[in-house]
Amino acid sequence: MTIDFANFTPWASLAGGLLLGLAAALFVLLNGRVLGISGIVGGLMRPRAGEVGWRVALLAGLFSAPLVYALLSPTGLPTARIDAGTGLIVLAGLLVGVGTRYGAGCTSGHGVCGLSRLSPRSLVATLAFMAAGFLTVFVLRHVF
Amino acid sequence: MQAKQNIAAFAVGLLFGLGLLLSGMTDPGKVQGFLDLAGAWDPSLAFVMGGAILVAVGAYAVARRRTESFLGGAMHLPTARQIDRRLVLGSLAFGVGWGLAGFCPGPGLVSLAAGEMKAVVFVLAMLAGMAAFEWLEHRRAPR
Repeated sequence: MTIDFANFTPWASLAGGLLLGLAAALFVLLNGRVLGISGIVGGLMRPRAGEVGWRVALLAGLFSAPLVYALLSPTGLPTARIDAGTGLIVLAGLLVGVGTRYGAGCTSGHGVCGLSRLSPRSLVATLAFMAAGFLTVFVLRHVF
Repeated sequence: MQAKQNIAAFAVGLLFGLGLLLSGMTDPGKVQGFLDLAGAWDPSLAFVMGGAILVAVGAYAVARRRTESFLGGAMHLPTARQIDRRLVLGSLAFGVGWGLAGFCPGPGLVSLAAGEMKAVVFVLAMLAGMAAFEWLEHRRAPR
């Protein structure tokens, strides 16, 4: 294994992670809820009474982030390197949509909140999507 | 209470989005660099997860003992405990999608808001996937 030191950003990633943790902490303490993005979006599809407002508010905050980040950061928004073509992106989106709903969570709900709750269910889910992610990128980059 | 909770939810969403941008999670190339163990491996995302859990674990320890949130209102912590085929197969499918594009749901939405065209395509496909799940579930067990 070789470490990609050119792209390694331990401090920015740690600081960003602390912010993610702070957001999850505030959400469970103030609103009593798990901060899982796939569940928050998916819950809008057949919403129950009283379940729309906070979901829309949270997503509005999420959507405001690039604007606020661009205003605060001297270097502007980080660049996104997207290798996948449109067909692969569509396939990926479908798999992420179906998979996170059947699996009842994604990187935020299971990976951050579930592991912080010490949930065995979330540990299994996180190990599963990590393993699938490692394997997929291996096939994508080293087999084809 | 509801208004306060909605304001809190907005602030939480904003903080979360800023965290995703700062951490590098909105850059699919960086995500795939983390998932590429056999190539030049970028361990940054382990720091993202570590940092997030470091803060959240204490909050959940407090939250677990409460019957009401700090803004009032019930706690809505997950109660499911079963580790079944749905959980594992769903998570595996998610992981394949995550690896293919380098986007998971939160960063996909933030990149969409940043005006990234491929993120728009990703989110539309993700919503279609979620709608397919709702349709399949609804068909099997109408509510």
